Amino acid sequence: MKHEAAAHKDAALFEPLLRTGKGFYVTVAVLVIVVAWGAYAYVRQLVLGLGVTGMNRPVFWGVYITNFVFFIGLSHAGTLVSAILRIVKAEWRRPFTRAAEAVTVFSLPFGAGSIILDLGRPDRLLNVIFYGRFQSAILWDVTSISLYMLSSIFYFYLSLIPDIAMCRDRLNVGSLRARLYRFLALGWTGSEHQYRRLDRLMNIMAVWLTMLVVIVHTVVAWIFGMTIVPGWHSAIIGPYFLCGAIFSGVGAVIITTAILRRVYHLEDYIKPVHINALSLFFLSLSLLWFYFTFVEYFTTFYGDEPAHMVIFNAKFWQEFSPLFWVMVVCCFVIPVVVLSNPRTRTIAGAVAVSVFVNIGMWLERYIVIIPPLARPRLGGIGSYIPTWVEWAITIGCFAFFVLLYTLFTKLFPVVAVWEMHEARQQSIPETMERMRSYMPGVAASPLSKEE
Amino acid sequence: MPRWGMVIDLDKCTGCQACTIACQAENNVPFAGPEQAALGRAIHWHEVLADVKDEHGELHARFIPRPCMHCDDPPCVKVCPVGATYVDEEGLVRMDYQRCIGCRYCTTACPYGIRYFNWYTPDFPEPYDQHLTPGVPVRPVGVVEKCTFCIHRLERAKREAAAKGRELTDSELVLLPACNQACPASARYFGDLDDPESTVSRLARNPRAFRLLEDLGTEPKVYYLVEEKA
Repeated sequence: MKHEAAAHKDAALFEPLLRTGKGFYVTVAVLVIVVAWGAYAYVRQLVLGLGVTGMNRPVFWGVYITNFVFFIGLSHAGTLVSAILRIVKAEWRRPFTRAAEAVTVFSLPFGAGSIILDLGRPDRLLNVIFYGRFQSAILWDVTSISLYMLSSIFYFYLSLIPDIAMCRDRLNVGSLRARLYRFLALGWTGSEHQYRRLDRLMNIMAVWLTMLVVIVHTVVAWIFGMTIVPGWHSAIIGPYFLCGAIFSGVGAVIITTAILRRVYHLEDYIKPVHINALSLFFLSLSLLWFYFTFVEYFTTFYGDEPAHMVIFNAKFWQEFSPLFWVMVVCCFVIPVVVLSNPRTRTIAGAVAVSVFVNIGMWLERYIVIIPPLARPRLGGIGSYIPTWVEWAITIGCFAFFVLLYTLFTKLFPVVAVWEMHEARQQSIPETMERMRSYMPGVAASPLSKEE
Repeated sequence: MPRWGMVIDLDKCTGCQACTIACQAENNVPFAGPEQAALGRAIHWHEVLADVKDEHGELHARFIPRPCMHCDDPPCVKVCPVGATYVDEEGLVRMDYQRCIGCRYCTTACPYGIRYFNWYTPDFPEPYDQHLTPGVPVRPVGVVEKCTFCIHRLERAKREAAAKGRELTDSELVLLPACNQACPASARYFGDLDDPESTVSRLARNPRAFRLLEDLGTEPKVYYLVEEKA
């Protein structure tokens, strides 16, 4: 079928699947060592108890819960870039979709997993199913995150099928991989009929996932927002977390695509014009994030209620202030300065900003979660210093995420080949047609949507 | 059905902390050791909080003994994902140590900070390991624990009264929990808040009575009598 021709034109996208350099093995080896170190730390924690962390009373939650919110946030990248931009027919999304969906699928297990890492009795995890109580926000999370995880894996797999079939038909690989491709391709032949069905299902899933993004991150925020802890108990925390999640997720997409572009020589596919479009969106998210931050803290400050002000003060001028102000610089000052200037809004500039934004967003989660715990209502000041065990597990999670991603890039094309082909074949005439229909005084072309 | 509650007279309290010590011994609270205690890992089901205020240029200090408030509408119970903490039919906020998954959502949700977590496997050095209170389970690592209003004493007293074919009397109840029994100033009272004749319900109606963080709407069942003497 016509899409099969894509495999030739887009040979560069299959190159990483066929040739593997020394750099890959070194990367994997380093990542495996880091993951093993994190696993060792977790085994220690399992054997000895959560006492090996820095958590205490009153700071009962620490970096694990921070990681939980952060990873779930990261995962919204895929859905945003792939699903939402698909719905609004933003054509510049195409080189990003696969890379973004992979960020979603590979970061979600670490978001959900961080909750398990934090449990005092992970052996009793299934109690959540046997004795689950829907009055608890944790149950809302368990439900919505599992649904989101299943849905995004399904969506990811759907969009992989035509590419897997191309791998099956075109690549000369070992029998194990050939069998894997044959199995995963589900007998895809690439007929018009199949593509039409795939397109329809992808559209339905895109709408479904967009809804889930809003629900999932709002519910994540509600773990905090639904309690009466000052600094957590606010209506804005849901949308604030959602905005931050998409913000850090877009950053993650910029970083990963820039790395893939460099390592796998995808300069023809991921061009400065694509990064520029994503950067402008990124910039607007930074402004939106600042708006939420300002509204949240100004309301607290003006209201001047003592219970809320002790936490405000802890963040603004006391022991948490270095982290707070670094967060403001990372999430607002740097993005606005760098990305609003066309001369610095380059690929390198966008990547640098994305790194800062992700550091800043991790700090934001920390700053939202820890200070309210460190100022209990009945007085006293709590302190919290994470131990090496917590850092090892945290770094291990990030390394594991990168490791899964790296292995994925060796098995499947990182840019959706069939989507690129679809763009060339259909979207260009379709977009022209659409433009004509917007304008008065332009004769409608006889070009029809039918093939 | 009774609704158990407590009244603490701050005028009588001397801040001696006998209540805290009695509670530790009675309820098999594990030893934390100085190092862990400095990290904020020590468990005290009962604590005496010092409340120091500067009032019109004059320092004003008072002690507030703090057991679990056994709220009628407890924020901790609301957030538990597995029903490991619950309000029983007599109004006590209970813990199921066998079901708790150790997520510590309840510990963050409790505005009174009365919940504690077992960071390590509980440790009872010799000779304390030979003197654990029978009928009080030792908690495993990784679960949350808290004040029970000495429910084991309450259950025993109920059984003994039932064996004699009578109800528990108010005078038997007043000093029932270990903290109340140990109080040298007789500042603490325990009993049924729903019985209009009981000591606690009479004192709870006293104009001096107040509860901690009352405006949060948690409906605590521990009442304090505010000091009259400066």
